[in-house]
Amino acid sequence: MARDAVLRVADLQTHFFTFGGARVVRAVDGVSFTLHAGETLGLVGESGSGKTTTCLSIVGLLPRAGRIVGGSVLFEGADLTRKSQRELRRIRGRRIAVILQDPMASLNPLFTIFRQVAEPAFFHQHLRGRSLRERVQSLLRAVRIPSPEWRMREYPHQMSGGMRQRIVGAIALAGGPRLVIADEPTTNLDVTIQAQYLDLLKDIQRETGVALIFVTHNLGIVAKMCDRVAVMYAGKLVEQAPVRELFDAPKHPYTRALLGSMPKLGSKEPLYSIRGHPPNLASLPSGCSFHPRCPDVMPRCMTEEPRDFRPGDGSVARCWLLDDVLTRS
Amino acid sequence: MSSPVLEVRALKKYFPARRRLFGGAATWVKAVDGVDITVHAGETLGLIGESGCGKTTTSKLILLQETPTAGTISFEGRDIASLQGSDLMAYRRAVQVVFQDPFSSLSPRMRVGDIIAEPLEIHTDLARAAIDERVGTVLELVGLAPDVAPLFPHEFSGGQRQRIAIARALVTDTRLIVLDEPVSALDVSVRAQIITQLEELQRALGVSYLFIGHDLATVAHISHRIAVMYLGKIVETAASDALCARPMHPYTQALFAAALPSHPDDRTETKAITGEVPSALSLPSGCRFHPRCPSAMPVCSQIEPVLRPRDGGGEVACHLYD
Repeated sequence: MARDAVLRVADLQTHFFTFGGARVVRAVDGVSFTLHAGETLGLVGESGSGKTTTCLSIVGLLPRAGRIVGGSVLFEGADLTRKSQRELRRIRGRRIAVILQDPMASLNPLFTIFRQVAEPAFFHQHLRGRSLRERVQSLLRAVRIPSPEWRMREYPHQMSGGMRQRIVGAIALAGGPRLVIADEPTTNLDVTIQAQYLDLLKDIQRETGVALIFVTHNLGIVAKMCDRVAVMYAGKLVEQAPVRELFDAPKHPYTRALLGSMPKLGSKEPLYSIRGHPPNLASLPSGCSFHPRCPDVMPRCMTEEPRDFRPGDGSVARCWLLDDVLTRS
Repeated sequence: MSSPVLEVRALKKYFPARRRLFGGAATWVKAVDGVDITVHAGETLGLIGESGCGKTTTSKLILLQETPTAGTISFEGRDIASLQGSDLMAYRRAVQVVFQDPFSSLSPRMRVGDIIAEPLEIHTDLARAAIDERVGTVLELVGLAPDVAPLFPHEFSGGQRQRIAIARALVTDTRLIVLDEPVSALDVSVRAQIITQLEELQRALGVSYLFIGHDLATVAHISHRIAVMYLGKIVETAASDALCARPMHPYTQALFAAALPSHPDDRTETKAITGEVPSALSLPSGCRFHPRCPSAMPVCSQIEPVLRPRDGGGEVACHLYD
């Protein structure tokens, strides 16, 4: 792939400081990945694994207790971690757009759809009057809102959940972004509406070549949407691979467990259940954070933190098992 | 399969909407509109449908939280509407529920032991020691240590809390548990634990489940039979394997088309059905699915199809198979 990278996240570390800095929570601890134009990266993990914090770090929308303490976020060649909020505001909504889980929380109930979809075009492209109206209508058409000239005069509460999420999609597209970060955008939608929305995102990606980061805990969505997958556990990237390699030959025991615990349509095979539950980030286990739940745990896992291993098929995994495999072969 | 534990016949529940000035409702929301379902002993019936299709209303009717507008629900051969006194108490003991969100279904101010013991205190006159022993037994059944009884719900993770909710549902001699999306609120790695636990409990205790869900893969995994619901009606029922092998109703087919692949090679290019579920206030004429149906025929907008036997067992309500 010789295309230039849209986003290059290198060794990103975001910590939360609570109790006046007395307690440090390493929410994101050394995350690196690269995203090219037209590519979709699935960021997979359970609640508390740091996937949302990773995204918020990229766009500079961390809550006050959170701070990026290391690493870089290169977007179109410039390091976003060094930019001021003022500069970031010019990038967000124009070059990078974010779609969140709950569309009702992203939309303002007091403003019409027109006003909210028009905002980026008004502030960033300085459109006014008729050209602004036409721009809004074409955006709404792009997200398959029927009769946009009527719908844009309505308020969010007059729309269904699926339509609201498409409105949020229209706002995201308004600035002509190169990167869209979608944080579990279909969790609140019904299955048939979810399928429609995912198809729509794919169509839009084909038309515009936008790069997508898809944050999800659902491996089905990853299988449907993504080109590459990054699996997070307790703030770290434990495995990163092209989507086929990840499903065919998962390297990390956590990835294997996640895949095994996913019910497959038409199969009554018993599900693999991972023992225990995700750890508390404030008191992580020693060594590899996954070791108390790992079926293949070895003595060194409890004391030494594994480094990245590259088995050669384009995947990267953090697990001592690979050390043995690679040194033996 | 043995005799049915639960038999629901022509069940209807209409909610009034927009009342007229002097009493009487001008319009009705037909949340449940003629539903027939049967659950056998030791069986799991999956009830699947999108939000607003009436699956939760159906469960509320079974749990006696709502009274039906019409139709009957019989439990082990007796109409539950006629139950009174001790028979009614016996029914409430035998039929329990586990809700979606274990963070809101367990009282934060009660100890786990008291939460699980409450049904016993209401329904039995067991001595404290016997109650404690029973609580310990069910805690072990759901995979928790008996000594967690004095703890509070906030000290547990989501999966453990759902186990506590299941323990509470099992503590009386339960024969049917209504599981209303019991794993949707849990982390993925924990979902499989709970599903496997539920399957093991059913094998060990012979309890029946009515499993309500919207995720096809999960429902198909745990259920023996599946009923697909759309806008207050059952559109298709069949054994889980038969339904997965050959979904016949266009809505069931749409649900399968919308289901997420389990491998990137299974990506389908078939486009999902268009449109959204219509409002229950203004139901389409004829077949309720016809405005979204890719194979709609003129007859579909005029005559409502009824459930007829389908190939491979089960029933389907669709004019395509008349």
